Amino acid sequence: MLDMSVKLAGVTLKNPVVVASGTFGFGREYSQFYDLGELGGICAKGLTLHPRNGNPAPRIAETPMGILNSVGLENPGVDAFITGELPFLRQFDTKVIANISGNTPEEYGVMCEKLSAAGVDMIEVNISCPNVKAGGLAYGTRPELAAEVTEEAKKHAGGVPVMVKLSPNVTDITEIARAVEGAGADALSLINTIRGMRIDVNTRRPILRMNTGGLSGPAVLPVAVRMVWEVSQAVALPILGMGGVSKGEDGAQLMLAGATAVAVGTALFADPFAPLKVRDGLADIAAKQGLAAVSELTGGVKPW
Amino acid sequence: MKIERKCRVVEKTQMGDAVYMVLAVGDMVRTSGVRPGQFVHIKCGDANLLRRPISICQWTGSRDGDTLTIVFEVRGEGTAWLARRPVGHTVDVLGPLGNGFDAEDGPYLLVGGGIGVPPMLGCAGTCGGTSTAILGFRSKEKAILLDRFAEDCVNCLVATDDGSLGYHGFVDALVRQELEKEHHYQGILACGPKPMLKSVAKVAAEFNVPCQVSMEERMGCGVGACLVCATPMKDGTVKHVCKDGPVFNAEEVDWDA
Repeated sequence: MLDMSVKLAGVTLKNPVVVASGTFGFGREYSQFYDLGELGGICAKGLTLHPRNGNPAPRIAETPMGILNSVGLENPGVDAFITGELPFLRQFDTKVIANISGNTPEEYGVMCEKLSAAGVDMIEVNISCPNVKAGGLAYGTRPELAAEVTEEAKKHAGGVPVMVKLSPNVTDITEIARAVEGAGADALSLINTIRGMRIDVNTRRPILRMNTGGLSGPAVLPVAVRMVWEVSQAVALPILGMGGVSKGEDGAQLMLAGATAVAVGTALFADPFAPLKVRDGLADIAAKQGLAAVSELTGGVKPW
Repeated sequence: MKIERKCRVVEKTQMGDAVYMVLAVGDMVRTSGVRPGQFVHIKCGDANLLRRPISICQWTGSRDGDTLTIVFEVRGEGTAWLARRPVGHTVDVLGPLGNGFDAEDGPYLLVGGGIGVPPMLGCAGTCGGTSTAILGFRSKEKAILLDRFAEDCVNCLVATDDGSLGYHGFVDALVRQELEKEHHYQGILACGPKPMLKSVAKVAAEFNVPCQVSMEERMGCGVGACLVCATPMKDGTVKHVCKDGPVFNAEEVDWDA
């Protein structure tokens, strides 16, 4: 019997497949398709301290084997999540991972305190948002800022593990990973979306109302695999790998590159059942390779 | 539980620039129920990552198998793929999705513009043949489904942008004429481009007639999870076309956004 469970920062997931933040809302919609208890975990839609309406539409553009999005962190705020959404997610036998974004390190701290008190299984810290104080510079692009946010989050998260979500839009992702590890992070998740742009050649307008957005989908998978591989060699932290996973083989690539678990996101839009197919595909691969546990895939790449 | 289905194309006809397609949808209509204004989210080949939302035109439910009729324009690679599906092939369908028009007892004034015309035929069917249709097209060549509306409505008025068929101008002028003449309408149901909906909503408000509009926005998941199809409301909030809509009360919508 193949053991599908994995341990991510001390949290046991029944299987290594999680759904990625921002692609699964707060679970209500996809609970109409299957029992959310089938999932290893759910990274909930990104939260901010106060509610946000997000960016004007169009917020999505299709690209070759990918999509660009610029939702702009539309969410009801952390308090509304805790009272209105968390109890719903708690009904299911799966791990709930809250995702947070702040304008200041203090905001991250406040949100961590609230979420820790409310009882989530893990907090994913999105550091791809702009730092208001530093003139809109993204926390995730400067090691010292990323470390500052991580420290603040850890200080207020109580016993809840803190996983920092890394941006691929940097020169050297391992530099950020090391800084975040040094600041006490319990895990890393990567990759966030890659900044991109698509233009309608007839109107000469970008498709997205915000001009640029974040690229996700199968197009980014090789970038994710490469970055997970690099980061896994640079730090000792467990990694939640994501970026373009739509089948078991994709997930296995990320695990072999060093991920402990994988997240499925954009693939959901074409196929609501994609996470379950990735899980089953991973089980097939592990079984065919004669493994006793799917976790044996982690870090198993044999580089030339 | 919601499911995705493999649905066979049972009929396909070119209708001007639009494709008229009938899908065999198993027991979808009998088990889920369909309201006019709802849509289906169709996977359009492996090369196109996103499904394409297409509004439902008509439907049937019977023990021999339910059918859905969709009428769509080829706007890009996805709809081009769908238009090429031969009769007998299957497509992957998610639906019915979204909230349709809330309209049972007519008569209603049904207003459609361009590719917003087909869903109004579904409304004509559910309103018991008592409604009036006002349909707008760019030109005579673009006009579709007129004979069907003539069957299912008391009256069918047409406007074209170039005057090649019917009234020379936009549908809101015909809506105004009709509301000045007749006072028995329960409300206006409209689907079409946003500028058209805005002007129809304005006339409806002037005459104090309830108006429901079916909005369009670029979609992702189609079920309300990804939040990309945002449309601003008058009260400052944001709603999502796929889950909260596509049909909204006209007075909810922020037309100046």
